[in-house]
Amino acid sequence: MASVCFYFQVHQPYRLGRYSVFDTHRNYFDEYKNAQICRKVANKCYLPANRLILKLIERFNGDFKVSYSITGVLLDQLEAYAPEVLSTFHALAQTGCVEFLSETYYHSLSFLYSREEFSEQVRMHQRRIEELFGQKSKVFRNTELIYSNDVSHAVREMGFTGTICEGADHLLGYRSPNFVYRPPGVDGIKLLLKNYRLSDDIAFRFSNHDWAEWPLTAPKFANWVSDVNGNGYTVNLFMDYETLGEHQWEDTGIFDFLEHLPEEVLRHPDNDFKTPSEVIDSYEAVGEMDVPHMISWADTERDLSAWLGNAMQSNALYELYRLEQQVKGTLDPQIVSDWRRLQTSDHFYYMCTKWFADGDVHKYFNPYDSPYDSYINFMNVLDNLRLRCKAAHKTVTPQMEKMSYSNHP
Amino acid sequence: MKILMLGWEFPPFISGGLGTACYGLTRAMSQCGAEITFVLPKPVSSEYSSHVKLASLKPGQAGIDYYKLADFENVTFRTIASGISPYQRPEEYEDMLRRIREKTQAISTSPVTESIGMGQGGEHYGSNLFDEVQRYARLAALVAQQEEFDVVHAHDWMTFPAGITVSALTGKPLVIHVHSTEFDRSGEHVNQRVYDIERQGIHAATQVIAVSYLTRQIIINRYAAVPEKVSVVYNAIDRNGKTLDPVRAAIHKDEKIVLFLGRITMQKGPEYFLAAAKKVLEVMDNVKFVMAGSGDMIRRTIELAAEMGIGHKVLFTGFLRGSDVDKIFRMADLFVMPSVSEPFGLVPLEALRNDVPVIISKQSGVAEVLTHALKVDFWDISEMANKIIAVLRHPPLQATLREHGNFEVRKLSWSESAQQCLDIYNSLLAPA
Repeated sequence: MASVCFYFQVHQPYRLGRYSVFDTHRNYFDEYKNAQICRKVANKCYLPANRLILKLIERFNGDFKVSYSITGVLLDQLEAYAPEVLSTFHALAQTGCVEFLSETYYHSLSFLYSREEFSEQVRMHQRRIEELFGQKSKVFRNTELIYSNDVSHAVREMGFTGTICEGADHLLGYRSPNFVYRPPGVDGIKLLLKNYRLSDDIAFRFSNHDWAEWPLTAPKFANWVSDVNGNGYTVNLFMDYETLGEHQWEDTGIFDFLEHLPEEVLRHPDNDFKTPSEVIDSYEAVGEMDVPHMISWADTERDLSAWLGNAMQSNALYELYRLEQQVKGTLDPQIVSDWRRLQTSDHFYYMCTKWFADGDVHKYFNPYDSPYDSYINFMNVLDNLRLRCKAAHKTVTPQMEKMSYSNHP
Repeated sequence: MKILMLGWEFPPFISGGLGTACYGLTRAMSQCGAEITFVLPKPVSSEYSSHVKLASLKPGQAGIDYYKLADFENVTFRTIASGISPYQRPEEYEDMLRRIREKTQAISTSPVTESIGMGQGGEHYGSNLFDEVQRYARLAALVAQQEEFDVVHAHDWMTFPAGITVSALTGKPLVIHVHSTEFDRSGEHVNQRVYDIERQGIHAATQVIAVSYLTRQIIINRYAAVPEKVSVVYNAIDRNGKTLDPVRAAIHKDEKIVLFLGRITMQKGPEYFLAAAKKVLEVMDNVKFVMAGSGDMIRRTIELAAEMGIGHKVLFTGFLRGSDVDKIFRMADLFVMPSVSEPFGLVPLEALRNDVPVIISKQSGVAEVLTHALKVDFWDISEMANKIIAVLRHPPLQATLREHGNFEVRKLSWSESAQQCLDIYNSLLAPA
């Protein structure tokens, strides 16, 4: 049996506007630009892709299935800037062939800095998905597939039965990502590993004319999927939803490819499509997958260096999470919301300085000319937020005052 | 490959980046095996010059000295007693004229006739500077007749008439190297005669080398050069071989230091530096702004600092040289180059080599080369202040800029620039 398991990551951050050290206003986020990008991506990707997938689900009578992980910050933006996208997602949810996975509401790195904040964001996201689509997924995916054994332990306690993880070569060794695995030392939770070769064939190489397999056709890809029969259960194709129409433009033929893929895959009698929950229910774990150190799906390093690779990034994250108690102590929903939107991983991705090798990906809708500009902007905003926290605290202890100033030598 | 190079400053007879660039380029070319005869005006006593150590010195023709420098195996230097000095404005010439006359009395009139259509001068102030340029051309032609070479390479406008003359006399291809244009030096108030000489040089050249794409664009747009004829060869910097000074970390000072280093002239934007300083001081108190350099705007700049009420926060050091430059870099937390127009800009490379992070204006050629530098429009003083404050407040920003910037500068080398020049010569000499 070879099950194709599609999971699309759907996310756009709240990008910051230019915020100088001399600015004092509270409108940190560039509403105009965010709305513009949101509508643009909606028209190029979300709407046409949703319509196509809805059509395919109807055409194949429920045999074609996909899953999504839509971040809370994108749901908020869609609600404000492109509500028609939400209704197409709602229509997809009604088919019963679409699963909506759980993640942190703010697409944050909170797992690394504050477990309390992490759980709150996961719960927020679950509530929102349930409200919108009437589902409560038992499968969790962490921001940018950041994963270690600890993630499985933590989310198992929250009731999840599955986690999504990168099928990194250095962890798999000779083993195949096309099986279901279990993390060490915890029962009742399984791991789905991304088949990064086949996923990247679509996400990155599809329109690359220098690639030996170009042009990639649906029959060719379906053959690769069928080859898994006999030495694997599932082909986990995990990628950004923006691959469809935005990273790979419509004129590359990406939509035609997707349109013909189900019939080619289903042509082989042993193939089918499954959602992550169905994969977990259908297949037993074949072995243990020990991930002692943090991995991710980013760049070639598959580590955290895209968000924590230089001193600016770790400093910005440290200063941000150091504010947690002060922020929450204000009980001011606007301050808490601003602080949480600042946690979105993209802000730290923009500060990445290793873009000589991976420049193209890092430049996608990056509002800054340089990683330095992004850090300066972020720290100015954080500075203002810190001042707001201080002002909001009716009784400021000398100790807290000292804390909030100590950033400025 | 033999090259006749026409320059007008060379270390230690130096007051700016042109000499440094000629030095680095010539030495690297020499190491690539090119044979170079470097002709330069021998400056009369100037406040900046000291004496060069000569490896050997032969008595030359009247007014023309001949010597070699250690470290420059394949380079022969020929100096012509002349009052040409870099960055000189025609209007500054009168003052120097007396001294030059004393020094140049001995020079016999050259037999070379005037071969280019330059005016004999006389309309406005200091036309004698143009006569000097013309005389340099005649003497360079004399030198050229005694030398064997394949290419003539002239650096900046004062040597262009010489380059044109030599090229016309010998039929050798002429390479014009533009380190700065009249528009960089004077904004829109160009000196027409300087412009004419530049334009003449650019049009007479077989090939033009610009120090940046910024300059290349000016050459094409303002001098109507054929785009294919203008190549870009970036400047570079030699590694100083120094590791991070252990003393540096131990320097304790209560105040941060923001450094301006360069000639204090319109082109370098000193008033934007002061305006940004004032904005920084509105937010931070423990900062000093150091302006190192001299120039025709120094008095006005000092007065301006006082008028703005930040005189006590701005220090003027005058022109710095050698170990004083190293010292000031060691003290600085940040270097700012707010140039209004900077064809290249070597000082930021020097700063990065000394582990000082830099803010550079987007209107500079060096901005094309550096990615690990903060960049601002020279006029955007709020943004300049914003970035200065950020660097001073956030040590991780300073550290990241320093580490990456130093690494980036290490990748630049004069030998690469030299090789590009040699490739250009070869393409000119190759039979069509």
